[in-house]
Amino acid sequence: MSMTIRILLVIVAIAGIGLLFTFERPPVDVVQSGYRGVAMEQVYNPRTVAAQVDRNQLPPVLEPVDQSGPTAAEVYQNVQVLGDLPETQFLRLMTAITEWVSPEQGCAYCHAEGEDFSSDSLYTKIVSRRMLQMTRTINVDWEAHVGQVGVTCYTCHRGQPVPAEIWFANPGQRTASGMAGWHNGQNQPAEAANLSSLPVDPYSAYFLNADNSIRVIGNTALPTGNTTSIQQTEYTYSLMAHMSESLGVNCTFCHNSRAFASWEQSPPQRVTAWHGIQMVRQLNADYLVPLQPTYPDFRLGPLGDAPKANCATCHQGIFKPLYGQGMLETYPELDRKAAPGSASAAPVDASAVVAK
Amino acid sequence: MAMLNFEKKYRVRGGTLIGGDLFDFWVGPFYVGFFGVTTIFFTFLGTALIIYGAALGPTWNIWQINIAPPDISYGLALAPLKEGGLWQLITICALGAFVSWALRQAEISRKLGMGYHVPVAYGVAVFAYFTLVVIRPVLMGAWGHGFPYGIWSHLDWVSNVGYQYLHFHYNPAHMIAVSFFFLTTFALSLHGALVLSAVNPGKTDNGKQDVVKTAEHENTFFRDTIGYSIGTLGIHRLGLFLALSAGFWSAVCIVISGPF
Repeated sequence: MSMTIRILLVIVAIAGIGLLFTFERPPVDVVQSGYRGVAMEQVYNPRTVAAQVDRNQLPPVLEPVDQSGPTAAEVYQNVQVLGDLPETQFLRLMTAITEWVSPEQGCAYCHAEGEDFSSDSLYTKIVSRRMLQMTRTINVDWEAHVGQVGVTCYTCHRGQPVPAEIWFANPGQRTASGMAGWHNGQNQPAEAANLSSLPVDPYSAYFLNADNSIRVIGNTALPTGNTTSIQQTEYTYSLMAHMSESLGVNCTFCHNSRAFASWEQSPPQRVTAWHGIQMVRQLNADYLVPLQPTYPDFRLGPLGDAPKANCATCHQGIFKPLYGQGMLETYPELDRKAAPGSASAAPVDASAVVAK
Repeated sequence: MAMLNFEKKYRVRGGTLIGGDLFDFWVGPFYVGFFGVTTIFFTFLGTALIIYGAALGPTWNIWQINIAPPDISYGLALAPLKEGGLWQLITICALGAFVSWALRQAEISRKLGMGYHVPVAYGVAVFAYFTLVVIRPVLMGAWGHGFPYGIWSHLDWVSNVGYQYLHFHYNPAHMIAVSFFFLTTFALSLHGALVLSAVNPGKTDNGKQDVVKTAEHENTFFRDTIGYSIGTLGIHRLGLFLALSAGFWSAVCIVISGPF
């Protein structure tokens, strides 16, 4: 065998192995969302989807309980958020939360062993109290994004005390100083943006700072004063790549690429996504960032910031978290805000609980 | 159309691929042949169907006329005429006309005792089209993945498909194809400039028309510039390779975006 053939064989073998682990194969599943022929569609790999469906099943729903009897606030001390629930329903929810968030660690993950249940000595209990309020805010104030499906602890936690998809401010890889050492937050493999060379931290730019405009495209055919820079555009692309990866969809899920900016030509999902961006901003600003002093150091990011939410936190690769399977009907107490003064143990009848 | 007096001696009978003497004659300057007839047939039928499709549509604006493929839900079946069936028939006509044209080129090559370089080169372009409207749709399981026939609508298709695959930015075949497109235009411009510079040398210092230079000057120019000249035959081999590679890798680019 001549040297040339040997070298060729080696090249073919390396390329073949590369193809084997990089490429997918037909058949594919396609969902058409626009007029025929304009390629407004989503392309799915049915093998990948099958695995995702297995990972996105709802946990078993606990048996409903008799809602008569005293409220949680009448029975327990220091029930600040759920005090107006009947005690039976309160215990059911506590059991469910344990299954959703800390199935291995059990009650003791939030309630310190050997102490009274009312004790706030563990940071996890303070955080989870705030998370309950956040869940209710999402379900009540953000129906524009979550609809009637809503969220529960399980939407993000999936049986883990810390959700798999959280984010911290990302300073990027450390580089040597000097004239070639400054990456300006990009040109490194960006996990946020599907390992592209786009900016590594679009979250800090857009999910913390509501002043940064995501829209960079001009709205006239000719340049008439749009001063947006290439780098701003790349930040937007990085965020969009994150949304695409988080939802397991491509750009045409929300945009008709012939006119990105035009709401008239966009699929309705873009409106839902817009509300989602506003929602994530509020959740980070009002709930997650202020918890920073509560966390121990090992829960904080490399720059000392609190764990925060982005699209992937709930969606986890699916266009609707858990494929749009709702849990609120079985846990209606998460779909309302606490009645005024309920923290002081005002009794609320069960019908009011179900009403919203 | 007038014919140069020596052309007749190249008009030899025979060499047809099928049909023997059928249509083995010329009309004016044009060789007809069996595949010339099928080319005409498919071209007129396809064009008529396009005009029919345009008449069914909402506009005669040349930019906005759109003959769209069927919905994805039709899969690889035939669709009703007004819901993509026209696109399917037009696609058959287009492929019939393109393939007939290539075979007509092959027959003329045979008559002249030439190689098949021209039909092969043309065939690569047909292959790229075939990839877009047949291979990729079949692999993805629906004729609806073909591109629509319309000036604006096919651009919308290109844009949306591109964005479905990250703008092809990380598609290796796209990188290779784009590089070949740049290279082929670059090589063609260098070749054209070199030939024109040799045959149009301009005036000498004393104002007289300079003499036309030949291939040795052309070779020497590139040897002086980069130490190597590919030569008069080689540049055409290179040009053919670059151009065909551009089209071929474009087809690879689109066929790995979606099915693979």
